[in-house]
Amino acid sequence: MGRKDGCSKGKGGSMHFYKKEGGFYGGHGIVGAQVPLGIGLAFAQKYSKDENVTFAMYGDGAANQGQLFEALNMAALWDLPAILVCENNHYGMGTAEWRAAKSPAYYKRGDYVPGLKVDGMDALAVKQACKFAKEHALKNGPIILEMDTYRYHGHSMSDPGSTYRTRDEISGIRQERDPIERIRKLILAHDLATEKELKDTEKEIRKEVDEAIAKAKESPLPDPSDLFTNVYVKGFGVESFGADRKELRAVLP
Amino acid sequence: MLGILRAKVACRGVPASGLEQGIRVIASRAFSSSAKQMTVRDALNSALDEEMSADPTVFIMGEEVGEYQGAYKITKGLLDKYGPQRVVDTPITEAGFAGIGVGAAYHSLRPVIEFMTFNFSMQAIDHIINSAAKSNYMSAGQISVPIVFRGPNGAAAGVGAQHSQCYAAWFGACPGLKVLAPYSSEDARGLLKAAIRDPDPVVFLENELLYGESFPVSAEVLDSSFCLPIGKAKIEREGKDVTITAFSKMVGYALQAADILAKEGISAEVTETIHLIFYVSVEDIVRAAKRTCYRSVPLAATA
Repeated sequence: MGRKDGCSKGKGGSMHFYKKEGGFYGGHGIVGAQVPLGIGLAFAQKYSKDENVTFAMYGDGAANQGQLFEALNMAALWDLPAILVCENNHYGMGTAEWRAAKSPAYYKRGDYVPGLKVDGMDALAVKQACKFAKEHALKNGPIILEMDTYRYHGHSMSDPGSTYRTRDEISGIRQERDPIERIRKLILAHDLATEKELKDTEKEIRKEVDEAIAKAKESPLPDPSDLFTNVYVKGFGVESFGADRKELRAVLP
Repeated sequence: MLGILRAKVACRGVPASGLEQGIRVIASRAFSSSAKQMTVRDALNSALDEEMSADPTVFIMGEEVGEYQGAYKITKGLLDKYGPQRVVDTPITEAGFAGIGVGAAYHSLRPVIEFMTFNFSMQAIDHIINSAAKSNYMSAGQISVPIVFRGPNGAAAGVGAQHSQCYAAWFGACPGLKVLAPYSSEDARGLLKAAIRDPDPVVFLENELLYGESFPVSAEVLDSSFCLPIGKAKIEREGKDVTITAFSKMVGYALQAADILAKEGISAEVTETIHLIFYVSVEDIVRAAKRTCYRSVPLAATA
């Protein structure tokens, strides 16, 4: 929300949050650029002998990016512990996958890199696939996971989501393949919880989210002086002037 | 760690007019026969060698940096000394390996990415600017990128327009990047060491025609802890009538121009804006210009 108490202190923009100590290196604004970066993280993990893997996530829209294949080639050459996860929701913004990719079987696009297609709407299948992929990546190098999933809403706030697909398609998927519904049915079928318990949990979580939103809205916007901070880790006190160079606006720390 | 020379010196017979804060004056050793000569190529090679030896997280990545010993032999001998994990030969995929380098820097390593010439950096310019330069800002300090992008920049000898562009102004205009363009061997050595130790992304613009040129270096420069401060301009030659500013190869021409002017009785000061093309040098240049009564001639860009 661009507020000061956010994890990027209001300077990340609407889609950029990071938590390095949690191993979360953020969403990247340039479609496709995150894949070479993720493979770079895997490079560092192998260099430091970490025994850890990196999950580099991208969508079907990014799957055609050239830099993805450049980095994948190097990951395969050097056996890096990288898992490329293609979250295929069948639409790149407003473009359906059959209009963007000659071969929409994204798990096969790795060619010399093995790929798995996973039902992305089944949480347990996703969990098993990730476990398998981690074991594979640590031993044999990169692997591609294609998660077959769906996007109910539009791409962004300004996209109604219905100009490039039918409403029937959206409601159909919601009825048949919704991941949370599926888990709910599984829990009830195996008597792991009652209907009421699930409803209570839902209420509790909604309350937690609402409180978090309220708290975030209370937080102030960052100070204008924050425009000039964090440009460098180690700056040199460069002066930044106003439009006519007579007014000294700030000194970059 | 910073080897800053603050000696008041006489430069070519013209007495030093007093030192300003932050401007370094070089002792001219042209007349000292005991000074060691070092090519820019050897200066860069020794800087890389020493930094890799001191810090195990420093590694080199680029085309032909390993088995070929470097397209311009800057990384000669380093593969044998440090092994293929630290001197990494890449396929011809700049966007890919620049991104991999930045990702490695996000995690914990200190990559030195070589572009065979900076003309090819345009293939990777998205990673240099959007992935490297902006990360510290957008994450409010959480993710810093201690990476160095280096390689020859600007004109070479008749290689055509696609291999001769100077990128100083392009990269210098980007906040978040530190752009360095050294001239002499001492500059090359000190600044490359400083760049590798720096926690911010650095674009290190060398010049192919300078690689073979020799410059005198003092014992202090040869010391493994020698490091120059990033962000200061340097006075190559003192004078009092006019200031000439330049960077990279043009400094050589500026010095020759100063010689020609000296024959006509005009004492020219040559200030080298080797550090940060865009920022701090402005202050230092203005200070230098004030000393020569505001008569200033900028020699922009390399030849």
